[in-house]
Amino acid sequence: MTAEIIVVTSGKGGVGKTTTSASLATGLAMAGKKVAVIDFDVGLRNLDLIMGCERRVVYDFVNVVHGEATLKQSLIKDKRYDNLYVLAASQTRDKDALTQEGVEKVLEGLSEEGFDYVVCDSPAGIEKGAHLAMYFADHAVVVVNPEVSSVRDSDRILGLLASKTRRAEKGEPPITQHLLLTRYNPARVAIGEMLSVKDVEEILGIEVVGVIPESENVLTASNNGIPVIVDANSQAGQAYSDTVARILGEERPLRFVDVPKKGFLQRVFGG
Amino acid sequence: MGILDFLKRKPEATASVARERLRIIVAQERSTRGAPDYLPMMRNELLEVIKKYVHVDLDAININFERDSGHEILELSVTLPEGKQAAKGDNKDEAKTG
Repeated sequence: MTAEIIVVTSGKGGVGKTTTSASLATGLAMAGKKVAVIDFDVGLRNLDLIMGCERRVVYDFVNVVHGEATLKQSLIKDKRYDNLYVLAASQTRDKDALTQEGVEKVLEGLSEEGFDYVVCDSPAGIEKGAHLAMYFADHAVVVVNPEVSSVRDSDRILGLLASKTRRAEKGEPPITQHLLLTRYNPARVAIGEMLSVKDVEEILGIEVVGVIPESENVLTASNNGIPVIVDANSQAGQAYSDTVARILGEERPLRFVDVPKKGFLQRVFGG
Repeated sequence: MGILDFLKRKPEATASVARERLRIIVAQERSTRGAPDYLPMMRNELLEVIKKYVHVDLDAININFERDSGHEILELSVTLPEGKQAAKGDNKDEAKTG
């Protein structure tokens, strides 16, 4: 049994890749899958902070690639879920420290260890790190914000996923592409200040797999080092849970994409 | 819309502007996706050459790159302006009258 490889990518930085990787990996683990989540951002390690395991990093991804540590030594077990592991990015090495062969070896090792899913948290940009993160993927989650530069970059990334990956090069069935719209503000969409779900879907020609509302809980979660999906009371957490369920094949309607109906007093006085 | 909302400055509905701009740029970038990197430069150089003879602007030159199984097609089309506006000819006329 080989592990399913999911890349979380976007092109543009700061759109929510690491937040999404952390919640996606945690959500899959909550569904009972054995999951590893890998930080591909060599030199700018951050996934460990979002996952809350930054003080337990001993060996990292590059150490494994260079044979300085075994996979088992380097995988950090999550403190909440036994079947969830984090592989941190290296902080010190240059970005050429990763090679295609090295990455392939690590992914094969994870398959042999019985992992069901490997989530690859891609760095921003379209350089080597981003290329390696997507190269071996079976599924891609393209994170996009309802904002011009992010939408344009996503289109670029969708093109690369369809041409510059192992599946494309070998003529295998293409990567399953999932578009995830994050930082969505229904109130601003309603007054025409922000691109809508439909706008983004039409421009990119692909349906969304989920819409994560802009939420203060995301910052709170990252402050605490707890993936926001764990916060079942937050809208963002619930939206991520829906997204994970959809990626696992379940059908769920989109939530939190419309402005909540206002009460009588709010309608009279605004607000 | 509440009473108090009338007092607030109304923000512009700019999402439609974003949508139209994205539609155009995404379509344009998709048409040249996978094409060689030299295409934009070649387009500019071709424009310089064509400009010596005819007044055209950048939009008049359309370069299409297609990849079929086994072979690649580079398609170039130049839309010439209507009527006779040959650059050289114009200059000669001006020289005579001036």
